[in-house]
Amino acid sequence: MMSLERMLMGSALLLMLGNAHALEGNKIFTAGGSQPGAMPCVACHGADGLGMAAAGFPRLAGLPAAYTRKQLEDFKRASRSHPVMQPVAKALTDAEIDAVSQALAAMPAPAPTSAQRSEMPSNSAQKLALQGAWERQIPACVSCHGPAGSGVGDAFPPLAGQPAAYLKAQLLAWQGGTRHNDPNDLMGHIAKSLTADEVQSVAEYFAALSPEVKP
Amino acid sequence: MKAFMLLGVLVVLPAHAATIAMEDQSQLQPTTAHPPAAPFQPPQESELPDNAYGKLVRQGYALFVDTQRLAPQFVGNGLNCSNCHLDQGRLANSAPLWGAYPMYPAYRKKNDKVNTFAERLQGCFQFSMNGGTPPAADSPEITALSVYAYRLASKAPLGVELPGRGYPDVAQPAKGYDLAQGAQVYKGQCAVCHGAEGQGQKVGDSYVMPPLWGKDSYNWGAGMHRINTAASFIKHNMPLGKGGSLSDQQAWDVAAYVNSHERPQDPRLIEGSVEKTRVKFHANDGVNLYGQTVDGVLIGQGIR
Repeated sequence: MMSLERMLMGSALLLMLGNAHALEGNKIFTAGGSQPGAMPCVACHGADGLGMAAAGFPRLAGLPAAYTRKQLEDFKRASRSHPVMQPVAKALTDAEIDAVSQALAAMPAPAPTSAQRSEMPSNSAQKLALQGAWERQIPACVSCHGPAGSGVGDAFPPLAGQPAAYLKAQLLAWQGGTRHNDPNDLMGHIAKSLTADEVQSVAEYFAALSPEVKP
Repeated sequence: MKAFMLLGVLVVLPAHAATIAMEDQSQLQPTTAHPPAAPFQPPQESELPDNAYGKLVRQGYALFVDTQRLAPQFVGNGLNCSNCHLDQGRLANSAPLWGAYPMYPAYRKKNDKVNTFAERLQGCFQFSMNGGTPPAADSPEITALSVYAYRLASKAPLGVELPGRGYPDVAQPAKGYDLAQGAQVYKGQCAVCHGAEGQGQKVGDSYVMPPLWGKDSYNWGAGMHRINTAASFIKHNMPLGKGGSLSDQQAWDVAAYVNSHERPQDPRLIEGSVEKTRVKFHANDGVNLYGQTVDGVLIGQGIR
């Protein structure tokens, strides 16, 4: 049987460890990792981690840690490519990837806009987003990314409020094969079936679903 | 609305002996696979007239895709109609409404009964949606859903089996099915959306990816509990957007795996006996595991 004292000491230790982890993650975010080339996230993704829409840099704040961790690992092994992110990811240690992913997940994130499934689409971008294009085996974006593109679980990231330029670049990367890190090619085959107009309009649609930041 | 809900409560009160809207849930006739030459084309939503009829169609659409939120008193699990009828009930090989509507009223030789389309919808509520006493045949819900189905079936021939109706039959492989293999298929292809334990995935309180077993999934009386029906649905439609990518064997294995898990009890349960219920309702209803023992465990005990 564990004494109260030992339990308290144990919890204090755990708390300190947890804190140290968070501190390290926040430090990587603001000042970069321990190795050369591990630039701080803040340089491109903004002081609050909400991204820089004009430059097409995505929001990272509030993304599930498992998703961010996977993306950094995928940059490392080039199943997702980006001229800036690949060298950064390679310069981060596994422990740093873990720490920064958790720190980002804990940062204040926009609350998803509420959306009702019963809403009928009123233009072609909405139709693609809410209903899909089944004659080409394209499911509705929201069937995996959640109502209003809020994101679902660890595998399906939020689309709402991400910069249009970022969303477009990702769809093009899937089309061109420079991004192929999705489970079972679920996204790749969809991206490859989209026309250039659809890529543009659906990226703009989700970018415009700009949620409010929760304090 | 309040009065309506109150009425719902009054009707639900004697729910111990819930009336079974459509007792025989067995397949009318499994459809055979057709090459998707040119499936029937339901009318576009944009062609919908702006009048009382158009309004009812929209209400039916809303109920169909957002069933749980809009008809909570008739939905006892986490599902919406559109989970099993993809593309809002429009998609061929995914039990499209335009394939179903013209087939009713349907005569069943087995019990010498005629079932109307309203009864068919009530059956969906009672079994697939595990909803207890279903909405009345002349309720706003059944009316709106019927009008929506009628709309999608516009210009379809009456009483004619259209290619793409139901989930066209995928014959059981010669080797039968294998639950362990099914578990592997599930882990590799399905769990990313439906969860490692078949629990589905939610945003807030509402399911985005439907639960495949457990208390929030279809009950033991739903057509989808048949392994052959689930295999056909999966083969044609799963993983979402990648229909046809699994082999027949994989579809059967994973369908059996999914349908070997517990789910809410069959509301037709006879005197509390799984065995009696199996004999009456499951023994001659396709391929299913209800009332059978797998690895020493009786399947079909139900879950709350």
